[in-house]
Amino acid sequence: MVMTKKTGNRRRLSNLSLTLLALPGIVYLLINNYIPMFGIFLAFKKYNHVKGIFKSDWCGFENFKFLFKTKDAWIMTRNTILYNFAFIVIGTIMAISVAIMMAELGKRKRVKYYQALLLLPNLLSWVVIGFIVYAFLNADTGFVNKTVLKALGISPISWYMTPKPWPAIIIIVYIWKNIGYQSIVFMSSIAGIDPTLYEAAAIDGASKLKQIFKVTIPMLKPTIVIIVLMSIGRIFYSDFGLFYQVPQNSGALFSVTQTIDTYVYRGLMQLNDVGMSAAAGLYQSLVGFILVLITNSIVRRIDSENALF
Amino acid sequence: MLESKTFNTVATVILTILVCLAMLPILLIVIASFTEETVLIRNGYSFIPEALSVDAYYYMVKQGTMILRSYGVSLFVTIVGTCLGVLITTMLAYPMSRKNYKYRNILSFFVFFTMLFSGGIVPAYIMWTRYIHIKNTIWALIIPNYLVQAFNVILVKNYMQNNIPASVIEAAQIDGAPEFTIFVKIIMPMSVPVVATISLFSAIAYWNDWTNALYYITNAKLYSIQQLLMKIMNNIQALRSNSTATFLGTGSVDLPGNSVRMAMAVIGILPIVIVYPFIQKYLVKGIVVGAVKG
Repeated sequence: MVMTKKTGNRRRLSNLSLTLLALPGIVYLLINNYIPMFGIFLAFKKYNHVKGIFKSDWCGFENFKFLFKTKDAWIMTRNTILYNFAFIVIGTIMAISVAIMMAELGKRKRVKYYQALLLLPNLLSWVVIGFIVYAFLNADTGFVNKTVLKALGISPISWYMTPKPWPAIIIIVYIWKNIGYQSIVFMSSIAGIDPTLYEAAAIDGASKLKQIFKVTIPMLKPTIVIIVLMSIGRIFYSDFGLFYQVPQNSGALFSVTQTIDTYVYRGLMQLNDVGMSAAAGLYQSLVGFILVLITNSIVRRIDSENALF
Repeated sequence: MLESKTFNTVATVILTILVCLAMLPILLIVIASFTEETVLIRNGYSFIPEALSVDAYYYMVKQGTMILRSYGVSLFVTIVGTCLGVLITTMLAYPMSRKNYKYRNILSFFVFFTMLFSGGIVPAYIMWTRYIHIKNTIWALIIPNYLVQAFNVILVKNYMQNNIPASVIEAAQIDGAPEFTIFVKIIMPMSVPVVATISLFSAIAYWNDWTNALYYITNAKLYSIQQLLMKIMNNIQALRSNSTATFLGTGSVDLPGNSVRMAMAVIGILPIVIVYPFIQKYLVKGIVVGAVKG
């Protein structure tokens, strides 16, 4: 009796101590993540700076009605989804190709250097990348206008005013920044393939290319499926820096660079349209939430180990 | 065998080209920062400039108070944010990893749910500025978004579950060690690899962050290096379009010459490039672990 009482006390003390340890983190997540979740009701209010969030008047679905009446809603949704789609397809194919080539070169010392140098752009901030793109594209002193186009005899283009080439520019910058990171993920998965499979294929006389298509890629399939599904789950979110810093917030380019994230930022900070901005934010959160739930349930069915929950 | 050799040659050629393409943009701004200003105005940014000069760096050393200050802000934010964040993250992850902790499941769900749903920036912005009054304080660069991230918590939790045997903790409990002592004396030392990984990612995130500055900082005294770069670029754009409407925020920054702009961008990436050879190995390991969820 005395023993169990003692262990019971000890357990209670242990639970209490562990809770105390977790407390700072709990408080942080409550403030940083949970309180803003309840703030989504702002999307249903006509926000007034003087009245504050609680005293501002309710307006039902007015903000949403306005939002979806504008062309902006369509443009930002289209851009967000299409860019993500391009990133998933082109990015994944390129990352897999790079990973396969590096894996085939095996343990040669230069592979380490390739990996290190390809990853470096991933560590630069979007602000610095904005400067780099500016060094290439600005009208007066840019490398493209002053050197490339000059050599080709083409007259200078004011890049930050011309929407047409921007889908390509955005995709190139995205690939440049992310290919190193993504290929590392695939390389680790290639490293896990049973080497006897290749030996067997070689004995059967399969060429290198055939080995890649018949062994490597089929074995990579689960990883590819899961990474693609997870990306689809995040298709409603965009990398704010890519669409804000790289085009230098240029208004002339909004038709091809506006995504939901840049719209929410501009609504809140530049146009002071809190209601509309909150409505767009809620639209993103809700659709994003549903997409994550759907894709995760598919992932769980394929491979429960890799499901988020 | 011969065929495998051709494949290797082709792979080497393609990868070499890709690596060059990855490095050239960075090289361009480095070369531009060492190019003479008059040459830049005449020929633009170029890989093979007519005349080199260190004037841009000389100018920065002479005019350096603003740059030095913003460097100090970035350094402070990176160090304090990383240390504080990693400590709180580890403290939160440890109870989640303990199988006999009563609130384990609730806590895990509480952390995990923040990865699924977010209230978005609008309510968060109003909360931080109107109710917590974080605007134009150094904490605005440290606390919102980056301090504790669910993904890192789960990474640490998984590591502890897989690498710290329950018997070690039980033995310490039998010896009568209180939970805090166990955490500090046993758990922390045994978690060094994963703590190193999340510290690295956290430090890079803080050094590179500009979004908190964009939302919460208008006071030039609190400019981080990223925000200083951002302001310079804004002013260049504003000058080009000849309108003041594009001026964002209030703190304005002198407009430096073409080479100085690029020299500042180089200064902004310098710390990362310097530590990169030493951290690269751990980064790659961290990416692999993160990708397959620990």
